[in-house]
Amino acid sequence: MTPSLVSKYLGEREGQRPSHLSDRTQSGSKPLLEIDALSLTIHGKPILRDLSLTIAPGEIVALTGESGSGKSMTALAAMGLLPQGAETSGALRLDGTNLCQLSERRLCAIRGREIGMIFQEPMTALNPVQRIGDQVAETILVHKAMPRAAARARAAEMLARVGLPPERVPPSRYPHELSGGQRQRVVIAMAIALRPKLLIADEPTTALDVTTQAQILDLLRELVREEGMGLMMITHDLAVVSEMADRIAVMNSGEIVEQGATARLFAEMRHPYTRQLFEASRHRADLPEARPDGPLLRVETVTRHYPGPRQGLFRPGRAQVAVNGVSFEIARGERVGLVGESGCGKSTLARAILGLEPVQAGAITLDGAPVYRHGKPDRAVRRRVQVVFQDPYGSFNPRHRVGRLIAEPFHLLDDPPRGPERAAAIARALTDVGLKPDHAEQHIHAFSGGQRQRIAIARALIIRPELVIFDEAVSALDVRVRAQILDLIADLSRQYGLTYLFISHDLSVVRGITDRVLVMRSGEIVEAGETETVFDNPAHWYTKSLLAAAPSLPRPPGGGQEDDREPDAR
Amino acid sequence: MSRNLILGTLLTALFVGAALLSFVWTPYPTDTVAITERLQPPSAAHWLGTDHFGRDMLSLVMVGARTSIAVALVAVGIGLGLGVPLGLAAAARAGGWLDEAIMRMNDLIFAFPSLVIAILITAIFGPGATNAIIAIGIFNIPVFARLSRGAALSLWRREFILAARTAGKSAPRISAEHILPNIANLLIVQGTIQFSLGILAEAGLSYVGLGAQPPIPSWGRMLADAQTMVALAPHVAIIPGLAIVLTVLGLNLLGDGLRDRLDPRLGMVCA
Amino acid sequence: MLAYALKRLFILAISLAIASLVIFLVVEVAPGDPASFMLGINARPDTVAALRAELGLDLPVHERYLAWVSGMVQGDFGTSYTYRAPVAQMVAERVQVSLPLALYALLLSTLIAFPAGIFAAARRGKPGDVAVMGATQLGVAVPNFWFAMLLVLLFALKLRWFSAGGFPGWDDPLQGLKALTLPAVALALPQAAILARVMRSALIDILHEDFIRTARAKGLSRRQALWRHGVRNALIPVLTIIGLQFSFLLAGAIIIEQVFFLPGLGRLIFQAITQRDLIVVESVVMLLVFAVIVVTFVTDLAYAAVDPRLRRRR
Repeated sequence: MTPSLVSKYLGEREGQRPSHLSDRTQSGSKPLLEIDALSLTIHGKPILRDLSLTIAPGEIVALTGESGSGKSMTALAAMGLLPQGAETSGALRLDGTNLCQLSERRLCAIRGREIGMIFQEPMTALNPVQRIGDQVAETILVHKAMPRAAARARAAEMLARVGLPPERVPPSRYPHELSGGQRQRVVIAMAIALRPKLLIADEPTTALDVTTQAQILDLLRELVREEGMGLMMITHDLAVVSEMADRIAVMNSGEIVEQGATARLFAEMRHPYTRQLFEASRHRADLPEARPDGPLLRVETVTRHYPGPRQGLFRPGRAQVAVNGVSFEIARGERVGLVGESGCGKSTLARAILGLEPVQAGAITLDGAPVYRHGKPDRAVRRRVQVVFQDPYGSFNPRHRVGRLIAEPFHLLDDPPRGPERAAAIARALTDVGLKPDHAEQHIHAFSGGQRQRIAIARALIIRPELVIFDEAVSALDVRVRAQILDLIADLSRQYGLTYLFISHDLSVVRGITDRVLVMRSGEIVEAGETETVFDNPAHWYTKSLLAAAPSLPRPPGGGQEDDREPDAR
Repeated sequence: MSRNLILGTLLTALFVGAALLSFVWTPYPTDTVAITERLQPPSAAHWLGTDHFGRDMLSLVMVGARTSIAVALVAVGIGLGLGVPLGLAAAARAGGWLDEAIMRMNDLIFAFPSLVIAILITAIFGPGATNAIIAIGIFNIPVFARLSRGAALSLWRREFILAARTAGKSAPRISAEHILPNIANLLIVQGTIQFSLGILAEAGLSYVGLGAQPPIPSWGRMLADAQTMVALAPHVAIIPGLAIVLTVLGLNLLGDGLRDRLDPRLGMVCA
Repeated sequence: MLAYALKRLFILAISLAIASLVIFLVVEVAPGDPASFMLGINARPDTVAALRAELGLDLPVHERYLAWVSGMVQGDFGTSYTYRAPVAQMVAERVQVSLPLALYALLLSTLIAFPAGIFAAARRGKPGDVAVMGATQLGVAVPNFWFAMLLVLLFALKLRWFSAGGFPGWDDPLQGLKALTLPAVALALPQAAILARVMRSALIDILHEDFIRTARAKGLSRRQALWRHGVRNALIPVLTIIGLQFSFLLAGAIIIEQVFFLPGLGRLIFQAITQRDLIVVESVVMLLVFAVIVVTFVTDLAYAAVDPRLRRRR
């Protein structure tokens, strides 16, 4: 791929470039992308500092780090799509051409042709009012690479190439008719339609379910190998990184703190930040022994369906079943996990247990008392169940102070504490979750995501509920913060003997924090059992496929000081 | 403070101030006719000239501001007072029959422009400023109902509302305690916009004789009177119009400025 | 798509039924008996009674409503109390002025607003944008009938390019169009200002969408992304406003007719109000509401044409 299209397009004024290329030939293969001492500021605020990185043809290089580490900005810099106010120094060379110095017109000629990009959110990455075939063909047409008819044929071919054959998913479909995984395939088809030399994938599977993630990762790997593309893979997920990448660069606050070949990097982990990330990723909280003590929650053949889209003017839609005949029990003192992919009905089930929505059939009882009675939730039952939600930013009314926020469940009590008694309860709730009593006076925007999740836990525990529901409570957090919150839950279990239902799409999280696990698929519970048993010896094919699809971390360096069994075990 | 906000506040304050001042003082009385002084161009004695009855235009504009502002303000009040509770109730029962009924009713009202409502009311009660208030007010109801329903709907999906529900709070209580404070900024911004639209609508209705009736001065009425005299004395047509433009401009600038200041995200909700 | 259109049609029918009922009832409670009004104060009671019978005013309310509605469906709007002439005929003559005026204004407003809005969005924050936004800020604040007076002052009285009012009829279409030009411009500019602002803000919102970034990553320039992916998506909110604007333009046309002495629905209805010719008021109001409801229906269909997501659901 030496006589590059870049020189064809860009060589007019910088025709002397090819001679320059030879300087850059180091140790065997010549780098395709070479980032050389790249620094970036946006409106004067430093974002990236002195970044150096190379990607060779056919190589997968992963950029990893927590949110705000600058990994996405690196990708946008390589695409020349930085936001306004961005200033760069250093160089970003694609086949020897410094992209930082190109005019916008030349960058347009490179984007899509020399560099393709895949984004995180497939639901919004496609134009909702244009057919998918046209969107793929546009990549070709905008570069005037082929006549219209040929471009359409190529677009169809590319869609088939990424697993969307015309007989199943015709190019005439609109994005809203596709699932998330299928949309991500369309985005990939668009990115590779002109067989670019470099592919940049920014968290390409973060928004996808674990089985879909595995398929998309396989596809990317295959494309890179077969087409000889270089892949810059940006992800926060160390397990994905370890399975995909040839080389890894770990980023922290705008700098690459460590980089190297995957196996070696994981074996050495020279930088403390790398070690922290790795340990947090495989962290298992130290959960005290469960002491089950009689049944508390009983869910009996619960069914919940929603009216589907109407079929016609007078024909109501077919009902869509979200939860279908689900039964299980949770004993007092037991910690139960509920796992499944998005849309499997786990959140609907959680809402039903919280008495937020009625169910069409079956019964949900707490100590024999139904949570929902005579068309409305029963206050006396409801005060015994509380919840912690996923989104640390959406869970609080931004206009109230923390004290008022966490005291909200007092509304459920017939005789809520007042005055100094109330202040003492708030102070204790905050102290319990590792915050200070005077935090009660602050507004929620003063707190980080992890602190907010602590506040959410304080709110759930302030009335000492008998059952707590954690609905994806750690899913939005960075790994190190997630580990701290899991530790907090374990501590509180030790202190108060919590009973909880821990809902998550992330298998590895559930494993360390529950005694028993329920696996849910399409509204039904397909497998239930002791957490360790289910994870080690899954019985149902779906559980097996989930476990097989989940990427896993390599063994810890030095043979695992704290561990004896599987790399993933407690 | 942004330039919009400063300019908007100044213009609005100018006209509201003039309207308030007119209750206690105007340069000349507005109810006496002085035919000898008629249609005089602006001068030192009459800063904005005189009309076809020889009345001082500045005094008329000041008293006219009273009518315009009062009508538009009460109409906004009607829209807020009825529209917001309806919108909040619809959002709280999203998808239910109440929601459907409220929204269909809104659509229906949208099919009746304020002018048509004013025509119908005038057919029953005869013309008057109250008609203008009711007509513009009715048209404001669906505006505020839709706005608050839309904003409330997106809030109902937020987890802090779920948290309030798990704390056993009822829908009306959640609407008052959590939803209303969070959409207040939006309502204030929309309120200033509807205020300015109300002034325009009042002027139009008075112009065609469906609004304030003589002898109550109003800007629209002044323009209707000026129409036959445009060629003779352009200032009698230009001055009331400028008063409308500047007031509406002031309110719009104030609305934009408030939107930018109170919450930049509101811009998206609005559009 | 068909199911969607049918559902909209169903809503249209219901809206019309309710609207007609509301209008009928309002006119029903209006004070004054048309028959005695028509015959004057000195009429003999038996003459009044005879006329009431002739006009069908002695029938029960629901029968009169049904008679009115079924009459309108067949094109019979009743007989004017004052002119003793069929309302349908009077309305038909006037619609020939008001409807073309509103449509002319809608066309002008769209033709001005689209380029202005797109221009401003493409140059967000730059001098071009600031200038367009300043102009629209002013345009939004101008009452159209006052603007019309200024146009008359400048173009009819000073420059004498147009006549100051009146309407020569459609015998010579060009003359007719010329007579409607100043009124249409007066109506269109303030609406264009609103529409341009909506277009701009819709486009700016869409330019922040992920799929615009995707398009840029394919190699589209900023301008190409704006035109190929931005404009069509921005049409969705813009269509709502265009639909709403039609009702404002129709109402505005009625007011503007007063400035230009145009023999349109406005003149008819204001005369009818002063003469308490309620059957004319009723019919014209129904016609206006009918036009608005039909335009809403057309807007809904246009939505579905622009947005494939609507075709399937709802």
